Amino acid sequence: MRAIGIILAGGNNHRMKELSKKRAVCAMPIAGSYRSIDFALSSMSNSHIGKVGVLTQYNARSLNEHLSSSKWWDFGRKQGGLYVFTPAITSENSFWYRGTADAIYQNLNFLKSSHEPYVVIASGDGVYKLDYNKVLEYHIEKKADITVVCCDQTSDMEVERFGTVKMNEECRIEEFEEKPLLAKTQTVSCGIYVIRRRQLIEMIEQCAREERYDFVRDILIRYKDVKKIYGYKIKSYWRNVASVEDYFKTNMDFLKPEIRDYFFKQYPDVYSKVDDLPPAKYNVGSQVRNSLIASGCVINGTVEDSVIFKKAFIGSNCYIKNSIILNDVYIGDNTHIENCIVESRDTIRANTYHKGEDGIKIVMERNDRFMM
Amino acid sequence: MIKKEMIAMLLAGGQGSRLGVLTSNMAKPAVAFGGKYRIIDFPLSNCINSGVDTVGVLTQYQPLRLNTHIGIGIPWDLDRNIGGVTVLPPYEKIGNTEWYTGTANAIYQNLAYMESYNPEYVLILSGDHIYKMDYEVMLDFHKANNAEVTIAVMPVSMEEASRFGIIIADDNRKITDFEEKPEHPRSNLASMGIYIFNWKTLKESLLAMADQPGLDFGKHVIPYCHERNMPLYAYEFNGYWKDVGTLNSYWEANMELIDIVPEFNLYEEYWKIYTKSDILPPQYISSHSVIEKAIIGEGSDIRGKVYNSVIGCGVTIGEGTVVRDSIIMNNTVIGDGCEINKAIIAEQAVIKDHVRMGIGEEAPSELNPGIYNHGIVTIAEGSLIPENIVIGKNTVISGQTEVADYENGYLASGKSLLKAGEK
Repeated sequence: MRAIGIILAGGNNHRMKELSKKRAVCAMPIAGSYRSIDFALSSMSNSHIGKVGVLTQYNARSLNEHLSSSKWWDFGRKQGGLYVFTPAITSENSFWYRGTADAIYQNLNFLKSSHEPYVVIASGDGVYKLDYNKVLEYHIEKKADITVVCCDQTSDMEVERFGTVKMNEECRIEEFEEKPLLAKTQTVSCGIYVIRRRQLIEMIEQCAREERYDFVRDILIRYKDVKKIYGYKIKSYWRNVASVEDYFKTNMDFLKPEIRDYFFKQYPDVYSKVDDLPPAKYNVGSQVRNSLIASGCVINGTVEDSVIFKKAFIGSNCYIKNSIILNDVYIGDNTHIENCIVESRDTIRANTYHKGEDGIKIVMERNDRFMM
Repeated sequence: MIKKEMIAMLLAGGQGSRLGVLTSNMAKPAVAFGGKYRIIDFPLSNCINSGVDTVGVLTQYQPLRLNTHIGIGIPWDLDRNIGGVTVLPPYEKIGNTEWYTGTANAIYQNLAYMESYNPEYVLILSGDHIYKMDYEVMLDFHKANNAEVTIAVMPVSMEEASRFGIIIADDNRKITDFEEKPEHPRSNLASMGIYIFNWKTLKESLLAMADQPGLDFGKHVIPYCHERNMPLYAYEFNGYWKDVGTLNSYWEANMELIDIVPEFNLYEEYWKIYTKSDILPPQYISSHSVIEKAIIGEGSDIRGKVYNSVIGCGVTIGEGTVVRDSIIMNNTVIGDGCEINKAIIAEQAVIKDHVRMGIGEEAPSELNPGIYNHGIVTIAEGSLIPENIVIGKNTVISGQTEVADYENGYLASGKSLLKAGEK
């Protein structure tokens, strides 16, 4: 392959509210048995990118656990591999990653010691499938310095938390605003960039000399009139999960047959770490309608229009509606849960009532678990 | 090199002919069980959970599925720098090339493998039982008694005892005598086919008995050791142990998994069962489906009604279809409006719309009533059944069948339809 991969997985986001207490956005569970970083990693693997660095900083425990072996994405090769870079104190530097560009700068040796001519940078909080080779071909054809993957959002979507992009008819980016107060276009940057490796090293070193640390602000926006920065529009499914509403919506999208077909049935596959869990078990009294159920679950109650992640236990006579139950949750008997996200490893007592009245309620309960 | 105290030899070469068409393309240990597992997963998981990390798997009959399943042993953590899992098929030699002619003969032909590890003890296992057992506890028992051979035994009812090899032991569990399938058993301790040998004893006995045709542990090696007054002990095991040798016992063992708290519990944190599983999405249950008492594997798409059944991974069950008391293995597709009663449908079968099976009065199988009985419908791996076909009980179907193969779209109870070799 002609490129190496960098996945920016450092971020926390206040829009994730309580959900970010436990993990970085990239480690958020998606669609029953995936984590959001799986989509970037699988796309890299499927694009034959053999060497990938993951830059991580905020609460990486959950992410590190997920990436404990690289074999699931087929990166466990003699050539290349999966590298996880957390900030480290060196003789020159004792800072945390002060921004995305700084994160790359602190690991510049990873770029310098590679020989592939290009770099694909992707954020780890997108849900999509993309052949980066196509972006790279476009990048070469346009003789671009940087190519930014963009996506049009429907007019009802709020785009103010993204970088918005305005392109001319040749697709060169004319305007790039990071988190605008009032967006002028509905085209947003997906946080996926293709750039020549030497070009990137040069720009990152320049940034570091000027004590600038952010890739978007200090490279994309600052250089947009000097360098040829092009946009590559994707029409396929793309969602960013870095807010509670979008996270909820993205998970619920997987209840639609066309979305499941696109991600699970069509080539290429999405990979994830495999747990040794038994099949899901439905006992007498279980009623499940229009839901995704992951392996290791035991269902005794009613589940409707919900996504149930791995190893959840749903007690008798429960009613779960329009909710997301994350990994390893125990829900006691006669409990009502509606419009909620139940945080992983929660234990919900029997006979309780949770309902998100206006919007999604995040349920975090740390009760003692006496079971089995 | 790290010294291995005990290595395991897992006999996985048998056909398991009483499982009928289920084993026409694969050895019995490779047959799917409990939704996502294969039978061999149980002894292999027991090995790694017991701290035995060197396992030789002896294959002979139809090994392809077994080989691809085991690979280099990653799912069981048996991919080791030293030891790990090794698949041992029969091989050609200078003079006296032969197949594995018996259980002990298979082990004898792989003396070099065991010699290369030079362990203290060798554990002999068979790959066709469903159970969870800590072999380390058995080894402790073996050491505590200064035994040369320890045989795992299990108490069975006196009526059943005449179907097994029976061990007669004294109060200290020292074996005094044994009988093979006796008419009037003197004890109810059945041999489970699990042995621990001192490596020296095993090697000497196998070399001494090498010329015995069809060399077998139960028939030849154990009696040989007994005759020479070696200390033989019986280790009593009281947990769940199921021989799934016949279609009916296979069906029953699967059905036991769906009890509220099954006797054999796959959901315990302790003593996990590992298997090679593909990276699959969760299962989807549609708005119109009903599921009661079932276990369902990953990636399945359920639109119909499922009662009292074991469903594998990646299975599709169409709208309006009713599945009862059945076992459906991985990647099988069942169309809309079908009715499936007490069937075992093997992997990658395709059942078109409005097929009804397990219908009508029971009649004994004309093909082999000893194999196909208890009213079970058996559909072989990769079979195809066209639309609107009605199938009776005790029936067998194998191969890509067409409407013309059925008389008036009907396969009566007891009939069979085998179109093997056409693929």
